[in-house]
Amino acid sequence: MKDYEMVIGSPDAKALTILARSFAGKRLLRSEIPLPESLFQKLVDDHLFVPFPSIKKHLFSHQCQRCYNRKRSYFGEMPCARCKERHVYCRSCIAMGRIGLCEPLYEWAGPEPEWPLREGLLTWQGRLTDLQLEAAEKAVLAVNTEQTELLLWAVCGAGKTEMLYPCVASALENGKRVCLASPRADVIRELLPRFKEAFAAADIEALYGGSPDKQAKSQLILATTHQLLRFHKAFDVLIIDEVDAFPYHGDPLLPLAAIRARKDFCTVLYLTATPRPEHKKRIQRKNLPHHFIPCRFHGHPLPVPKNILCASLKKHIHKSLLPPRLFIWIEQRCHDRQLLLFVPTIQLAEQMKTVLAPILLEKNLIGSFSEFAVVHSKDPDREEKVQAFRCKDIQFLICTTILERGVTFPSVDVVVLDAGHEVFDEAALVQIAGRAGRSPNDPDGHVLFFHDGRTEAMNGAIQLIKAMNKRAGFLP
Amino acid sequence: MNCLWCFESIIQKHTWSTIFTLSAMKGLCPVCRESLMILHTNRCTRCSRESVSEVCSDCLVWEQQGQFLDWNVSVFKYEGAVRDMLYKWKYRGDYELGYAFEREYSKGFAKVRKRAGKNAVIVPVPLSEERLSERGFNQAEMLAGFLKVKKSVVLKRRHSEKQSKKSRSERLASENPFQMQESIQTPVILVDDIYTTGSTLHQAAAVLKQNGAPFVAGYTLIRS
Repeated sequence: MKDYEMVIGSPDAKALTILARSFAGKRLLRSEIPLPESLFQKLVDDHLFVPFPSIKKHLFSHQCQRCYNRKRSYFGEMPCARCKERHVYCRSCIAMGRIGLCEPLYEWAGPEPEWPLREGLLTWQGRLTDLQLEAAEKAVLAVNTEQTELLLWAVCGAGKTEMLYPCVASALENGKRVCLASPRADVIRELLPRFKEAFAAADIEALYGGSPDKQAKSQLILATTHQLLRFHKAFDVLIIDEVDAFPYHGDPLLPLAAIRARKDFCTVLYLTATPRPEHKKRIQRKNLPHHFIPCRFHGHPLPVPKNILCASLKKHIHKSLLPPRLFIWIEQRCHDRQLLLFVPTIQLAEQMKTVLAPILLEKNLIGSFSEFAVVHSKDPDREEKVQAFRCKDIQFLICTTILERGVTFPSVDVVVLDAGHEVFDEAALVQIAGRAGRSPNDPDGHVLFFHDGRTEAMNGAIQLIKAMNKRAGFLP
Repeated sequence: MNCLWCFESIIQKHTWSTIFTLSAMKGLCPVCRESLMILHTNRCTRCSRESVSEVCSDCLVWEQQGQFLDWNVSVFKYEGAVRDMLYKWKYRGDYELGYAFEREYSKGFAKVRKRAGKNAVIVPVPLSEERLSERGFNQAEMLAGFLKVKKSVVLKRRHSEKQSKKSRSERLASENPFQMQESIQTPVILVDDIYTTGSTLHQAAAVLKQNGAPFVAGYTLIRS
């Protein structure tokens, strides 16, 4: 509220820029606009805020105008104490504040926000490799010529974030508004400090469920793809990281939100290591410009996964145990690297926590109980555990697919238990294999798929990794 | 029909009642229903808190301070899924989610009614006008709606800070925010969503008893 105190009185030009920066390009509930009622009313009377219905009625259904949800099961009905009537509300996006039929959404209709033209914003000191530089130039060109779309297809560990710095810098310097969206909140949390360091002078906000920043009035915004639901014609440059990841892939509403969040003339950059078929098809038809970066930034090939058949796998999993072959392998491998074990379900991960720890201790595979941990999406301490694994306090980590992407551990061996399970699709397996060998000091690592029958996904993943290595010039 | 919490579809069993009424009770899928922790072990006979002794230490303190609420019965433990659901229902304002508790809450009422007597009326704990318009609905009124007994709205509440934002000592020391609109001569069952320190219910009970109610019990959804 404090920021707006100076605006009260008469909205002069300076005040209008402040308001425009805060509210332009969004669809907001009254409760999300922290202005005193008198000022807000004045702005509505002056047609600077325009109300419009928050839920559209169709013949047999409703549609939320914030999240585009149309499913009947995601609409509730409540007796509203404000309007004294029973009406529908949207349950799909309720975590962002309840949208009810009786309350309009407001859009800023005043002047567009203007950002200053600046120079030398990029304070990042590192250097890009030739391959990264080539990709970065493509991205800069795309942004400067307002090309609609560009897909950067870079192998895991190619250094995608660094490649973005030049084009983000050039967009910010030209007064454009930029958003980097990722389907995963973990990724956004990790990116914020890196971007703050790379762009010391720019104001950056990170938006995710439970983030400290909520206002979204900065020029550069890092956000989860869900947060894009708040925006409407807001960005000149929209970068979607890990475009093949859940929930962006699989939720039809989020791509719609991304389309809505961009301005009429906007550049969308997609980043991915494993494009989904729909993007691959568009690339083949040549209606999606793309650039391929086949090699990791340290110049070493991707570790190729090994399949290990283990016929009695299901029996052991049923008892929450590891197959004997895996135990033997764990005993024989060199112990400098940490071990990351992917399991298909949260339930299995939880069961293994109790069963496995004493056995591992007995076999002397871990030094103490504290060197062993389990993480999954429902784990409240997942951030701390991942951090502890990164600091090497934890040596043996069991995880579900939440750690498949976006996280970097310098030196790990990776094992996938029951790689034939349906949660491990081709993209997931390629990403999981990409966790190994990410550091220039240890550019190699073992990747093992334990299975009781090969699947298309496993074959596809291994073929894809080999093909990418070949394209990068490594002989098989 | 979909689960109110995880949105998975529920396959309905067809019984005579679902065929005749054509409306099935909204609710949870079996997995989510399992995850709600129902209180049934040793409990304090006065406040439903899990305790070994018959009357827990908190209730002994209430006794010394002058006790107005005769007893309270709760259904769920404030743990795990119940905690998350209460948060989404009450603070996010997801009204529908309240139906998730309907089955257990109305089932548990039979015993409460027996203990309180047949002529007891239900009084939902009110919200202040400001809080009501902010939240859009009163969760206690929704709970009272699940119980097929006569209701009476006799209490009014002044606006004060949220109980959940106050510490224990602040709650116990706070001034009574309740007022009576008319006097009442029948036994009362107060209905609310959560019993934490019990100060809300005790304050409401005090006002009710000063205005003629011979007996005041509480029936709350959750005991934390």
